[in-house]
Amino acid sequence: MNIKHSNSPKSATRFANAAVNELGWWGAHRFLILRRISQLSVLSLFAIGPFLGLWLLKGNLSTSLLLDTIPLSDPLVTLQVLMSGHWPEISLLLGAVIIVGIYALLGGRVFCSWVCPVNIVTDLASWIRRKLSLPRTSEIPKNLRYYMLGLVLILPILTGVTVWEWLNPVPVVYRAILFGAGSGLWVLAVIFLLDTFVVERAWCSHLCPTGALFSLIGKVSPIKIAAIRAEACNNCMDCFTVCPERQVLKPVLKKGSIQPFILDSDCTLCGRCIDVCAPRVFQYTNRFNSNNSNRIPLKVESKL
Amino acid sequence: MSKINSKLASVNGVNRRQFLATTAKASCVMGMVGLGLTTVSTQSRPLDPFAIRPPGALPEDDFLSACVRCGLCVEACPYDTLKLARWFDGAPTGTPYFTARNIPCEMCDDIPCVKACPSGSLDQKLDNIDDSKMGIAVLIDEKNCLNFRGLRCDVCYRVCPLIDKAITLVLQRNEKSDHHAMFLPTINPDLCTGCGKCEHACVTEQAVIKVLPRHIAMGKAAAHDTYQHTEETTLEMLNKGLSL
Ligand code: SF4
Ligand code: SF4
Ligand code: SF4
Ligand code: SF4
Ligand code: SF4
Repeated sequence: MNIKHSNSPKSATRFANAAVNELGWWGAHRFLILRRISQLSVLSLFAIGPFLGLWLLKGNLSTSLLLDTIPLSDPLVTLQVLMSGHWPEISLLLGAVIIVGIYALLGGRVFCSWVCPVNIVTDLASWIRRKLSLPRTSEIPKNLRYYMLGLVLILPILTGVTVWEWLNPVPVVYRAILFGAGSGLWVLAVIFLLDTFVVERAWCSHLCPTGALFSLIGKVSPIKIAAIRAEACNNCMDCFTVCPERQVLKPVLKKGSIQPFILDSDCTLCGRCIDVCAPRVFQYTNRFNSNNSNRIPLKVESKL
Repeated sequence: MSKINSKLASVNGVNRRQFLATTAKASCVMGMVGLGLTTVSTQSRPLDPFAIRPPGALPEDDFLSACVRCGLCVEACPYDTLKLARWFDGAPTGTPYFTARNIPCEMCDDIPCVKACPSGSLDQKLDNIDDSKMGIAVLIDEKNCLNFRGLRCDVCYRVCPLIDKAITLVLQRNEKSDHHAMFLPTINPDLCTGCGKCEHACVTEQAVIKVLPRHIAMGKAAAHDTYQHTEETTLEMLNKGLSL
């Protein structure tokens, strides 16, 4: 396959060619498209309120009210309020409990890839990086986000104010669209430039405290991506190229691995690895699916 | 053998150096982020002191620690009074406020904005809108107030939901014409709700009556000031035979 590529340099530059050839365009972009639909649907559910007067979801991603009864709140902002020493109304706390419950069940960073609007921007940045084949310029440690999370929770103790909410890009997008508060979008522009030109996947995979918190929440989730057919892997590395958290793929594709599930909760369950893999190595599954749990050791030669 | 060892050592050396470098970088980043955020958040408090908050809002510092910037109060307000602050607006980004000159608070009986607030940054105990303290109206420019000029404008007085309570017309002899009276709009800060209807309705190009946040509109007597209740003190002194 490599030889074929070098003969036709045009197709060699095209990413995930094998998957598109093998599975068709839709087959190689399914979860990308479904995720965009999901992200935009959530936004639309909020937006039809102010724009059309259909109030299914009120508020924004920080806190909202579903069908005028069920509260939903961002656990990070709720924690910040608690840290600042204010005891909120019970609905805010209940909303946070509900959200934690949902994502503990579905997988924490499902929020990141299926709901969060910032993800669209950071994915775009990474796509541009790929198109322009920009070199990696500098590296920052992955666990910086957990320090960010710590910082975001400590600052309210020190200042008595929910400091992070000045900047937090996640609600910034929603506030811009729903409440016409567009001047905060510079935060998003900074993230876009940072991701494109400074550090690959800088924001979502290294810095975002919301992602860090959801990653912690997702530790208990039964829903996982599994390399159910790891023996079919031909080491094309397409999944590594597309995955925003490529470190999570190593354990399951390593030679001799008998663990099919991506257990690392940094996995955003975006499903892009499923999309771009021509031999269909990956699949959504749950941790208790016994079909996958005792797999024969891999025989593929490892070039990882 | 020694070759391998030295190789290993150099690898370890690089790793250790890398580790120290990344740790140093990481701490620098965290420090800068923390400092930056704290500066922005604490500096913008004294810079943006003029935001008029929704009814029942806690004192500004408590409000800023409680409000999750969800906009539920904004969406609950039937009159489009409330807005979420944008960056560089008059208030910390994302928090609700209103500009009385554009749309004042209509003082809804059922106070939907307060009911909608999940964080308690709008005090749920507020059940009578007349008790709310969004701010205090201040007749800030006597020079341009038509009533102070001896005319009968009275617009602010007449639009006030608490007419003759929050705002009264105090009669004063007009020294200029010598036989007319002036009707001076006078606000009782104990009753004014800060709804801003007066500021909204003021006929001058720039409102001469403005709603200010309580902490700006109100002075504060010093705790050691024994002359706070002037009449009492004066009587007391007279009774004791002290010279004034
Ligand atoms: S990491 Fe943060 S910004 Fe990125 S998708 Fe997740 S929540 Fe959104
Ligand atoms: S492993 Fe797959 S689902 Fe998980 S983050 Fe990477 S590409 Fe997305
Ligand atoms: S009392 Fe009524 S008009 Fe005033 S801010 Fe609340 S909802 Fe809006
Ligand atoms: S409803 Fe409460 S928490 Fe939400 S924006 Fe308004 S004041 Fe803030
Ligand atoms: S703000 Fe003006 S209109 Fe409102 S209560 Fe006070 S004096 Fe009356």
